[in-house]
Amino acid sequence: MLTDLQAQLRQAHAMSLPVRIVGAGSKQGWHAPQQGEALHVGSHVGIIDYAPAERVISARAGTRLAEIQAVLASQGQMLAAEPPDFGGHATLGGALATGWSGPRRPWAGAMRDQLLGVEILNGQGELLRFGGRVMKNVAGFDLSRLMVGANGTLGLITEAHLKVLPLPEVETVRVFELPQADAIALANRLCAAPWPLSGAAWQGGLLRIRLSGNAAAVATAQQQLGGEPDVERNWFTRLQAMQLDSFAPPGAEQGLWRLSLPQTCPPLLADYPQLIDWAGGRRWLSAPLAAAQTISTSARSAGGHALLQRSQAGWPAAPRNPSLLALEARIRRALDPRQILNRRQGD
Amino acid sequence: MSEAFLSALRHTLPAEALVLDVERLRAFECDALSAYRALPLAVALPGSEEDVIAVLQLAHAHHIPVVARGAGTGLSGGATPTAGCLLLGMSRMRRLLYLDPLARYARVQPGVRNQAISEAAGPYGLYYAPDPSSQIACTIGGNVAENAGGIHCLKYGLTVHNLLGLRAVTMEGELLELGGTLDCNGYDLLALLTGSEGLLAVVTEVTVRLLPRPQLARVILASFAEVSQAADAVAQLVGSGATPAALEMMDGATVRAVEDFLHAGYPTDAAALLLCEADGTPEEVEADIVQMSRVLRAAGACELRVSGSEAERQQLWAGRKAAFPAAAKLAPDYYCMDGSIPRAAVGRVLAGIASLSTRYGLACINVFHAGDGNLHPLILFDANRAGELAKAEQFGTDIAALCVGEGGTITGEHGVGIEKLDGMCAQFNAAELGQFSAIKAAFDPQGLLNPGKLIPTLHRCAEYGRMHVHKGQLPHPELPRF
Repeated sequence: MLTDLQAQLRQAHAMSLPVRIVGAGSKQGWHAPQQGEALHVGSHVGIIDYAPAERVISARAGTRLAEIQAVLASQGQMLAAEPPDFGGHATLGGALATGWSGPRRPWAGAMRDQLLGVEILNGQGELLRFGGRVMKNVAGFDLSRLMVGANGTLGLITEAHLKVLPLPEVETVRVFELPQADAIALANRLCAAPWPLSGAAWQGGLLRIRLSGNAAAVATAQQQLGGEPDVERNWFTRLQAMQLDSFAPPGAEQGLWRLSLPQTCPPLLADYPQLIDWAGGRRWLSAPLAAAQTISTSARSAGGHALLQRSQAGWPAAPRNPSLLALEARIRRALDPRQILNRRQGD
Repeated sequence: MSEAFLSALRHTLPAEALVLDVERLRAFECDALSAYRALPLAVALPGSEEDVIAVLQLAHAHHIPVVARGAGTGLSGGATPTAGCLLLGMSRMRRLLYLDPLARYARVQPGVRNQAISEAAGPYGLYYAPDPSSQIACTIGGNVAENAGGIHCLKYGLTVHNLLGLRAVTMEGELLELGGTLDCNGYDLLALLTGSEGLLAVVTEVTVRLLPRPQLARVILASFAEVSQAADAVAQLVGSGATPAALEMMDGATVRAVEDFLHAGYPTDAAALLLCEADGTPEEVEADIVQMSRVLRAAGACELRVSGSEAERQQLWAGRKAAFPAAAKLAPDYYCMDGSIPRAAVGRVLAGIASLSTRYGLACINVFHAGDGNLHPLILFDANRAGELAKAEQFGTDIAALCVGEGGTITGEHGVGIEKLDGMCAQFNAAELGQFSAIKAAFDPQGLLNPGKLIPTLHRCAEYGRMHVHKGQLPHPELPRF
């Protein structure tokens, strides 16, 4: 399988033909379509090594996240970044290439924080290994973490080594009825104190605070924080899986934006319905496509950025600094000289 | 060529921001890897980001190599000048620009000391987690360049996990603004720059994440009659549900050296000690201490001591922190290695080191970040005895090979610099090294920024370097090394 992938990439490189990397296709509708022949990684599967005592798991890129999470859970462990598994279909390779993290991100780190090493095929079909299975490794540039969120444009991830963490003994959710501004303020005040937090999200006038840890610590925190129990079952699980109504495909002329903002940023564009995660750091916003310019400008002036994530109007890139774009283009050519990997349609 | 450059440099920076005379240049001829020295052409001490941009543009135009330097505490020669270079000393850029206690971040200039950040954040109940042993002196800019670790990175991560944003200037004088929020737009260049050892850009501003200070921390001192029992205990602790805030190991020889040096009250009959810390809310700490104690006892610990107060905790740590100075009393010279291995391999690698020690007839003591699998074997020798230096060097090479053979790495936290260039050849193949060079060229096509570091040329795989300590004269003897 690996040699097939390598042969296909070498040939594509030799002929300068674009290829698009396909895992399970679980994120179709969430990213811009790419050019070229499909390079199927979905059957390059399998957990290569899992040592619970080492807190490290190694798997091939086509392995389903759901399988990995189930195997980890059977040993009382988890992928702490909580990458969304898109109905159980998402693959490890796709989760790393997109780099999306779930509700636990502000406390447990992002997908890239849990990555210890990768094996990749670069744009010339060379098989390369960066990082490893150890916790600390500063030998060479950190090209493994660079792969996370690069959307497959810097190399095809063929296998990865990830750090895992113990599942918390107990997890519970407390709900506070609060307007948006107060919810953001309270969530940040809680973040600034040593509470056992693992989630802080607001929607529809309700702030949900998730507590994780050992039973005694969570019980004490719950008692001191107050709030109400959550009547909605598994709300954070559905948030992680992106199965809440907010994530449904928008209608014509509507879009779903992903805003990345400083956590303490006061309510932004509050007239549009929002789901706020990461104690304010990530906000999902539903708005008409006509508001695109306003949304982009507001996010930038607040010190963040906005990406149109779902719509029938395509995926316009957020405006970027031209010199940074030029540098990224040079980095891309360093790994994929002919830019054959995951080139966007129209590029 | 260099005259024209120096003349232009005098017009760019005020006289007090330049060092040109040989006597004062000597202070900059090495970092803490003091076996390697070279005089820079000049030292520039920029006071602002604008200064950095102007100086880099000038050096670029004149084709002068540039080496950035923080406090010069690095152990791998990352800040060693290359002959004829301009050394960019970042020490004057040491202002804490902004601290937001609610949003829990601080924006600081690169010359701010690591510990100064936690001191500034302390009144708000916050701190900056990465704590390299040189934290009282080392700068945050250097920490970013080296992706510095420390004792508590087992639970709280390395520098790369604790950054929110960076401003950095490329060799051509272009300003890069990276990160800023928890989700990045475009490539994760913040992660790429972290640990890039000053080869890609010069950091001019760092935004660090601050964490709430845990309410409580307690440490367990566990002693073992066999090294292998302690090594097994490490793997079992990591595999258990509790994450130690720190998990450190010392072998018996180190324990006795520390006792002679400091009288910390450590059990001198132990073959190995573990220091295992729990932190968090009082409930979390209590539960973790119970669980950790159970695991340690099951692994064969013959004695457990648990700190009952902050003073006791500090006292139990004092011996660990004195381990390197104590080791320096054992022999005229030592080499400090920095291998990193899977935690399950700790016992095997320690046994391997012990048998190498017998084979070479040189003592080697071990005191290290066991919970991270980050070894720091200290090879003891006497450079005045004919052939002993070469023997110690070969011993070190064999230890590095043991680490790589276990799926580990030649450097866990000290960096490659010039010290481990040869080890890079053992760890990476030609295509991988070529990829590092291509990334370097994407940032710095002329190869002017910190040249000759991190990436070995392919024909240069002959010798293997190390930190060399002679007659207990540590570089920066005032700093603890652990």
